[in-house]
Amino acid sequence: MIEVLPAVLINGLLVGGVLALIALGLNIQYGVGRVFNIAHGEFIMLGAFITTTLFTLTGSVKIDPLVSLVISGPFLFLIGFILYRTLFTSLRNRAPSPAAFEGSSLLAAFGLIFVIQNTAILIWGGRTRVYLWPHDFAIPLAGTVFRFSQVIAFALAIAIGVVFYVFVNRSRLGKAIRAAAQDPATAGLMGININMVLALCFGFGALLAGLAGSLISMYSSTSEVMGLGYAIGAIIVMVLGGLGSIPGSFIGGFIIGIIGSVVTYYEPALVIPAYYTLFLILLLVRPQGLLGK
Amino acid sequence: MDITTFIPRKLWVPGLLLLILIVLATLPLYAGSNRVLFISATTLMYIALAVSWAMFSGPTGYMSLAPAAFFGVGIYTTAILRNELPLGVIIVAAGIVSFIVALLVGLVTLRLKGIYFAIFTFGLVVLIGQLVLYYDIHILGVRGHPVTPTTYEIMYYCMLGLAVATLLAAYFIRRSRLGLALQSIGGNEEAAAHMGVNTTRVKVLTFAISAIFMGAAGAIMGARMVFVDPAATFSVGYSFSPVLMAVFGGMGQLYGPVIGATIFSLLEIWLSGRFPLYYAIIFGIILILVILYLPGGVVGLIPKLRNRLGGVISRLGKGGKAEQHANT
Repeated sequence: MIEVLPAVLINGLLVGGVLALIALGLNIQYGVGRVFNIAHGEFIMLGAFITTTLFTLTGSVKIDPLVSLVISGPFLFLIGFILYRTLFTSLRNRAPSPAAFEGSSLLAAFGLIFVIQNTAILIWGGRTRVYLWPHDFAIPLAGTVFRFSQVIAFALAIAIGVVFYVFVNRSRLGKAIRAAAQDPATAGLMGININMVLALCFGFGALLAGLAGSLISMYSSTSEVMGLGYAIGAIIVMVLGGLGSIPGSFIGGFIIGIIGSVVTYYEPALVIPAYYTLFLILLLVRPQGLLGK
Repeated sequence: MDITTFIPRKLWVPGLLLLILIVLATLPLYAGSNRVLFISATTLMYIALAVSWAMFSGPTGYMSLAPAAFFGVGIYTTAILRNELPLGVIIVAAGIVSFIVALLVGLVTLRLKGIYFAIFTFGLVVLIGQLVLYYDIHILGVRGHPVTPTTYEIMYYCMLGLAVATLLAAYFIRRSRLGLALQSIGGNEEAAAHMGVNTTRVKVLTFAISAIFMGAAGAIMGARMVFVDPAATFSVGYSFSPVLMAVFGGMGQLYGPVIGATIFSLLEIWLSGRFPLYYAIIFGIILILVILYLPGGVVGLIPKLRNRLGGVISRLGKGGKAEQHANT
């Protein structure tokens, strides 16, 4: 174990970075928009499939995955924004209490999983897809081999996280988002267009999921049913890091990534039970998460 | 002559239920084919699953996404015990195992906010599935278990018995102190706790009771299988279907989930074999539309319709009387 420990840890960090990006999107959707978006994984899948399709188009024009980030991200933002403006806003207006809205929006998100996943199978045919990124090369490190695409995905995930952190903490819109997260009713009274802010937040969450999906497709195979596994991982990362905390999502992502990597080294079948054991301990000891309030 | 004058009003509902029960109990005599029996048994299974889901999640508003986990536990119990014990014992055993699992899950997660409960139960299916797979491969050294299937008649009668038992349990829970406590938790949990309701105990107990029926349903379904594979046994679909059926039917009345389960299981059998993708998409769209426009489910529509129709009928009646007055 000792001789492979550095390799296992590095792998955990690489996996954790992308997982943190996914959890960050979920965090803003639930932390601000109050939608516990179980369909988050489907947005990741859509991002991955858009990138894969654009790269493997028959013909001379092949769009590089790094370039298609600027297509998949905004496209998913639009889907998320429209979904919130239509479906979730009207659920929110009808719900008698915030808790009732959380319940009904969770159910609606389930409906979305069915619709998005099966529409994707209709469009793309339900095959596992993989492509080789032409700029990829092997990096020998710590006694094993990592791929450049994985390192690039990790670096971009961190960079996007930092940009998002600065945006939420420094910009005017970010201030409105933080106000809406604390108390939507009062924020509305202060002149914030609350429905717009919540819809933007849901859109940002979908955007981050789309970007994560594009990055994942660069080093991993993708399929229409890939979303659920990532969504479960991200949910645990979010609870571990703390609802509403951006740095918490990243710390949680690294912890879960490393635990997953270590357990996979011994017994891949026990990764999910290990996540759940951690989740249970967390719920008993610190339900608000590491950096939660 | 109006027939209603002969039969007291009170006997209408029990009489109708008895009639339905007699028709269902004698179904194998004139069903003709095993396919009819299998479809009826599947429908009864979904009724048991939807009613037992609504037993806990309906009044409290706590979203349990665990039916598939207990259902899978039931199937797996059958797979392990089928060749050694009679089916009746296995069904009871599956109920007890599910009860214990639900008790443990509930004790840990039901003290917390509702959303944590939903999150945890959401992954419970995958978690138990993985653990069972690990146990199979690394400890038993096998992958899956062959089972000697029972006849369709036995499966049908077991499901009928289970559906009736589930409905009776749900009926008595609704009418008991436990039911009132559940309602008060759904209304306002903090207030319920202040009124002296031991909220955690009430929630955990009902959650575990509802799991008994899900586990038993799995055990009966498992008895009809030829081969039980852990990966296929723990399928999230069995969590979503009962939830959709109960929400679609409406949880305000006991018969709401029954209506939802009957409609959707027939729809599923009819469509899912031929157009599985379209069925899943329609399933999702209906779920979203029901949440948006029918928060009380189909059952919630009945009082509205009655109000509308009632208004029309009473106006007609008044009109008739007014005419009589004019004539005299």
